[in-house]
Amino acid sequence: MGRFEFFGEGLPDIDLAELKGKLIVLEGTDGVGRSTHITLLKQWLENHGHAVLDTGMTRSALAGKRLKRAKEGHTLGGITMSLFYATDFADRLENEIIPALRAGFVVLTDRYIYSLMARAMVRGADPEWLHEVYGFALRPDAIFYLRVQIDDLVTRVLQSTGFDYWESGMDMHMGEDMYESFVRYQKFLLAEFDKMVETHGFEIVDASGSVEDVFENLRDRVDRVVARNGY
Amino acid sequence: MAGGMKMYGKHRFPGRLFIVEGIDGSGKSTQLSLLQKWLEAEGYVVYFSEWNSSPLVHDVTKRGKKKKMLTPMTFSLIHATDFGDRTEHDIIPPMKAGAVVLADRYIYTAFARDVVRGVSPKWVRELYAFAVKPTVAFYFRTPLDVAMKRILGGRDAIKYYEAGMDLGLSDDIEESFRLFQSRIIDEYEKMVDEFNLVPIDATRSIEEQQAEVRRIVSGALTGTKKTRIRKWVDLNSLARGSRI
Repeated sequence: MGRFEFFGEGLPDIDLAELKGKLIVLEGTDGVGRSTHITLLKQWLENHGHAVLDTGMTRSALAGKRLKRAKEGHTLGGITMSLFYATDFADRLENEIIPALRAGFVVLTDRYIYSLMARAMVRGADPEWLHEVYGFALRPDAIFYLRVQIDDLVTRVLQSTGFDYWESGMDMHMGEDMYESFVRYQKFLLAEFDKMVETHGFEIVDASGSVEDVFENLRDRVDRVVARNGY
Repeated sequence: MAGGMKMYGKHRFPGRLFIVEGIDGSGKSTQLSLLQKWLEAEGYVVYFSEWNSSPLVHDVTKRGKKKKMLTPMTFSLIHATDFGDRTEHDIIPPMKAGAVVLADRYIYTAFARDVVRGVSPKWVRELYAFAVKPTVAFYFRTPLDVAMKRILGGRDAIKYYEAGMDLGLSDDIEESFRLFQSRIIDEYEKMVDEFNLVPIDATRSIEEQQAEVRRIVSGALTGTKKTRIRKWVDLNSLARGSRI
C-alpha cells in the first residue's frame, strides 16, 4: 500500500503504490523566506544522505517561461491565469515530482496548490471549482505554513525587493497605490491560508524570528517527516 | 476583488452563442462559415471565435505539440487555458454587447478528446465549468469513412496529436487516426443527450445542411441586436442576385 493519494479525480496511468519518496511543501505569502529555507533544507538533507528535488511555481519546462512573460503583459484574466498555473503545475507534477517520488527522493516544493488556489480565489475564481480542478494533485506528507503578521511582511518586502506588481495584486486595483494594494492583497491571502490550516492540515511555523530560529524549527519538523516509516 | 465566477448555464447575456462540433472532415467549418455570411448579410453583429486561437497560450501549445511534451493531463489543461482566454476575451465581452458569437469547436471537443486520452470524464467537465452555455450546439454527425475520405483527399499530412499517436493505438498514422476518431465519435454520441447537442446529418448536401442550420438559428435570434449599417458583403451578394 502506498502512502499517497490524490485530492480528487487523479491522474491517468499512475500507480500510487510505486511512489516511495516524501513530498514536503512550504507555503506562505510573499516575502516570508520560503526560498531561503528550501535552500537550507536541501543542503541539510543532502548532508544527511537524502536525495532532494527542489521545485517551485512557474518552473515547468512546458509553460514556465511563457507564464512569466504572460504576466508581464498584465492581460491575463482570472480564469485563464488559474488554468495557466494549473498547466504549469501539472507539467511539474508529472515530469518532475512524481518521477522523483518514484525514485525515493525527498521533494521540497516552494508553494503548492494552496498558493495557486488562494491567488485564484482573490481574483474571483470559485473555490469549489478550484478544488475540482486541482483534484489531480497529490496530498503532500507535510505542509509547513511559514506565517508572519502583515506588518512584518511589509517591512521585509521593503527591505528586499520592494513591492512587486503581482504580489501587490495591482491587477485588481485593490488600493490607491502599491502599498495599500499590497496590504489588502496580502491580507486576503493570509486569511485564505489561515482557513486552509484546518481544511488541509497545515502545520504553522512562526516565521517572524531570525532565519536561524525559523530554520531550526523547520529542520526538526522535516526531520520527523523524513524519518517516518522507512527512512 | 473580482466578481463571482459564473458557471455553465448561469450566464445571462443579451448575445447569442452558436457552436459547431464534429470530427475532422465533418464539414462543420464550411457550415459555420456559410452561417456567418448569412448572419452578416442579415445585419447581425457577428463575432467569430476559433478553437486554439488565443495568442497568449498558442506558443506553449505549439511547442508542447512539436516537442511531444504533452501528457493527456497537460494537453487537457493547456487547451482549457486557451479556452479560458477565449472565454474571457472573445466570448463574454461580445455576448455582453449583444453580438452573435460563432465558435468552431467548443468544450465538447475537449470532453471527447481528453476522455479518449484517459482523462476522467467528471474532471474534464468540472474543468470547463466556467464556459458559457451555447444557445445552440450543432453536432455534425458523420460516418468515419466519409470523414476519412474528405480528409485524406485534400489536406496536409495528419499531425501527431490529431491522429492520437500519443495513445499508441497503432504505429501507422492513418490507422491511428481512424481508431482515434472512431473513439471520438463514440464520445460525441454519448454527449448528444447529456448536453442537448443538435445533430445534423452531415452526409446530406451542403445546401440541405445549411438550410436546416439557418432554420434552427433563426428560431433562436428573436430580440437580437442588428447593426444599422449593412456590410459590403451584403451589398455584394445583392449585386450578384443572391437570395441568401
